[in-house]
Amino acid sequence: MSNTATTNKADVEIENYTINFGPQHPAAHGVLRLVLEMDGEVIDRVDPHIGLLHRGTEKLIEYKSYLQAVPYFDRLDYVSPMNQEQAFAIAVERLLGIEPPPRAKYIRMLFCELTRILNHIMNIASYAMDVGAMTPFLWTFEEREKLMEFYDAVCGARMHAAYVRPGGVSLDLPAGLTDRMMAWANKFPKVIDDMEGLLTENRIFKQRVVDIGRVTADEAIAWGFTGPNLRASGVAWDLRKSQPYDGYEDMEFDIAIGKNGDCYDRYLVRVEEMRQSIRIIKQCLEKMPTGPVRVNDRKIMSPPRAEMKSSMEALIHHFKLYTEGYKVPAGEVYAAVEAPKGEFGVYIVSDGTNRPYRCRIRAPGFVHLQGMDFMLRGHMLPDVPAVLGSIDIVFGEVDR
Amino acid sequence: MAEFWTGYLLPLILILAKILLFVVPLLVAVAYVTYAERRIIGAMQMRIGPNVVGWFGLLQPFADAVKLLTKETVLPTGSSPVVFFLAPMVTFSLAMIAWAVIPVNEGWYIANINVGILYLFAVSSLGVYGIVMAGWASNSRYAFLGAMRSAAQMVSYEVSIGFVMISVLLTAGTLNLSEIVMAQKGLWFFIPHFPMFVIFFVSVLAETNRHPFDLPEAESELVAGFMTEYSSMAFALFFLGEYANMIMMSGVVTILFLGGWLAPFDIAILNAVPGIVWFALKISFCLFLMIWVRATFPRYRYDQLMRLGWKVFLPLSLIWLVATAGFLVYTGRVPV
Repeated sequence: MSNTATTNKADVEIENYTINFGPQHPAAHGVLRLVLEMDGEVIDRVDPHIGLLHRGTEKLIEYKSYLQAVPYFDRLDYVSPMNQEQAFAIAVERLLGIEPPPRAKYIRMLFCELTRILNHIMNIASYAMDVGAMTPFLWTFEEREKLMEFYDAVCGARMHAAYVRPGGVSLDLPAGLTDRMMAWANKFPKVIDDMEGLLTENRIFKQRVVDIGRVTADEAIAWGFTGPNLRASGVAWDLRKSQPYDGYEDMEFDIAIGKNGDCYDRYLVRVEEMRQSIRIIKQCLEKMPTGPVRVNDRKIMSPPRAEMKSSMEALIHHFKLYTEGYKVPAGEVYAAVEAPKGEFGVYIVSDGTNRPYRCRIRAPGFVHLQGMDFMLRGHMLPDVPAVLGSIDIVFGEVDR
Repeated sequence: MAEFWTGYLLPLILILAKILLFVVPLLVAVAYVTYAERRIIGAMQMRIGPNVVGWFGLLQPFADAVKLLTKETVLPTGSSPVVFFLAPMVTFSLAMIAWAVIPVNEGWYIANINVGILYLFAVSSLGVYGIVMAGWASNSRYAFLGAMRSAAQMVSYEVSIGFVMISVLLTAGTLNLSEIVMAQKGLWFFIPHFPMFVIFFVSVLAETNRHPFDLPEAESELVAGFMTEYSSMAFALFFLGEYANMIMMSGVVTILFLGGWLAPFDIAILNAVPGIVWFALKISFCLFLMIWVRATFPRYRYDQLMRLGWKVFLPLSLIWLVATAGFLVYTGRVPV
C-alpha cells in the first residue's frame, strides 16, 4: 500500500486521495501502475506510470543483425507475436527490395489472422474477467491452447515463434496442418457464440460496459488511436484494406466498426473481427498456392539443409548468414501492419551494414494507454479495469 | 449437590453437546462447500478442479486449512492490532451463532425462541461489522474502500430483505422459525411468494458477498477488498465465516420459502426420509444456485447494486407486502 507513512497526517486534511492501481494488482495487465486521484470512488485523474517492463528492445536491435532482431518482436506484444514479426519482415524486405514468394505471403496472412484471434480471445476473456465474469476466460483458453498448437506445429514454439522472417517464413507448413486448421476454423464460431452467450446480451455485462469510457471519432483520431479502439468509435480504418500488405488485397472481408466508442463497442468490434479473421483464414487455406516459402536468394535466406551437405558454397552462405548476417542497403523505411491491437509500425534506418542503424517501434498500446486519463475522468473505480481491459494493453509493447 | 447437577450442570452439558452437534457438521460442511464450489465451477469451466489430495481431491479443504494455519500472520504497519484481529473473529462467530435458532428438523434446534426470525435478521445484519472493522483496521486504501462499499451495500438491500421477511411472516402468522416451516405444510411459500423468493435470493447473494455482488472483495478493483491485508488464520476465519454465512443464509431461504425440513409432497415414501435430509438437500440446492451464479455473471458496480436495492427491490417488496396484507385481510385468511 502506498503512503503508509502519511496516515497520521491524513486525518487533518480532507483532500482527494490517491490510490496506487498496480504494479502488483490483479487487474493491472502486466506491470501497469496507475496513480488514481480519487474523490470517494469517483476518479478525478489517472496517471499511468510506464517503464516497469522496459527492456531496451529498440537499442538492443541496433546491436543485432537483421535476423537476430526477429525474436525481439515476439517479445513486444507477447499475445500477438507473429503480426509484429511480420511488420519487421515487411520493413526489411522493402529495404532489400525483395518480395516473398506467394505461398509465404499466404502463410503469413494465415498465421497473422490466427494471431489476431489469439489476441482477441485473450483480450475479451481477460476483459470479462476484469468485470467479474470468469468463465469466458477458461472457455476461451481452451481455444488458445489449440491455436498455440498450430504455432507449435510450424515453428516448434508455442508463443515466441520467430517464424516470419525477412524474405518469407522459416519453414513450410507440416503435412496435414491445413486440414487440421480448416477443421478448427469450422468449429471455432461455435466457441465465439458460446462466449457471446455469456456476455453480449448479459444485462450485468452491459450495465458495466455500455457508455463507459466513451471516445468520439475525433478524439480517437486526435489521440492517435488505431485498430479496434479506433474502429469502435466509428472510423472505418484498417490497414489491411487501406494499404494492403502481403496478400490482403486478394482477401474478402469486412471491417468491423462500432458506433459509440464505448467499452461495449470495443468488445463487439473485437468479436466481429474474430469472425472476419475466420473468413480470411478459410480463404487462405482454400487458395493456398504451392511453391517455395522463402526467397530464392542465397544472400538473404540460408540454403536448404540438404544442399549444405554437398555444396561448399551453400555451407559458406549458411555460415555467413548466421554469423555476420546480410547487409541491407542504406535507406530508411516505415512499415506498418494492422496488428490485433492497432497499427504496429517499424521504422528502420539502415546505414548499409548488417545491423540497423536505428529501429523505432510504434506500439499501438502505448498510444492507447495515454487515453486512459480522458476516458476515465468522472467514472468510478470499478470502471478502471473495464476501460483498461477494453483498450487492450500489453506491457511488453508499451514499454518495449 | 444433586440440585446443582440437575439444575445447572446437566443442562449445560446438554447445550454444549447440542452446540457441538451443530458446529462440527457445520464446519465439515463449510470445508466441503469450498471443495464443491471448486469442483462445480471447474466442471462449468471445462476444467477439473482439485482432484489430487485424497480420493477425488476430497482432502483438499484440509490441505488448504493446514497450509493457511502454517502461514505467517502479517500485521500491516500502522494498523490497529486489536480491531484487526477482532474483525475475523466477529465475522466467524456471527456466522456461527446464527445457527442457534435454525431448526434443521422437527424439534432439532439449539434454541426455539419465538422471535427467531428477528434474531436471524439482527445477526446477519451484524455481519457487516466484521468487514467494516477489517477495512478500517487494515490501514489500507483497498481494504477501506471495500469496507465502505460493504456498508453502502448493506443499507441498500437489508430494507427490502426486511419487507420480504414480513410478507412471509404475515402469511405464516408467526415469528418462530419452526412454526413458519410447519405453516408451509401443503404449500411452500416460494409458490405464492415467487417474486419475493427471487428478491430474497438475490439479496442473500448480496448479504453473503457472493457474485455478482462481491463488491467488498472485488479482486479486479480492490485486490481482495477488506481481506487484502489478511493472511494465515485470520484470513481463514474470514473465509470460513463467509462460507458458513452462505450455508446459514441458504438455511434461511429454505426455512422461509422452501418448506424447511418438509418433504416435497405429502407422500408416505417421501415423508419416511428424515427431515434433516430434505433440509440438507434444499440447502445444497441453494448453494448450487449461488455457485452457478458465480460461474455465470459479471460483477455489479456498487452504485448499480444500490440502484437495484433502492429503486427495484424496495418498491417491489413494499408493494408485495401491501398486496399480501390486503389479500389476507380481504379473504379473511389472516392467521391468528
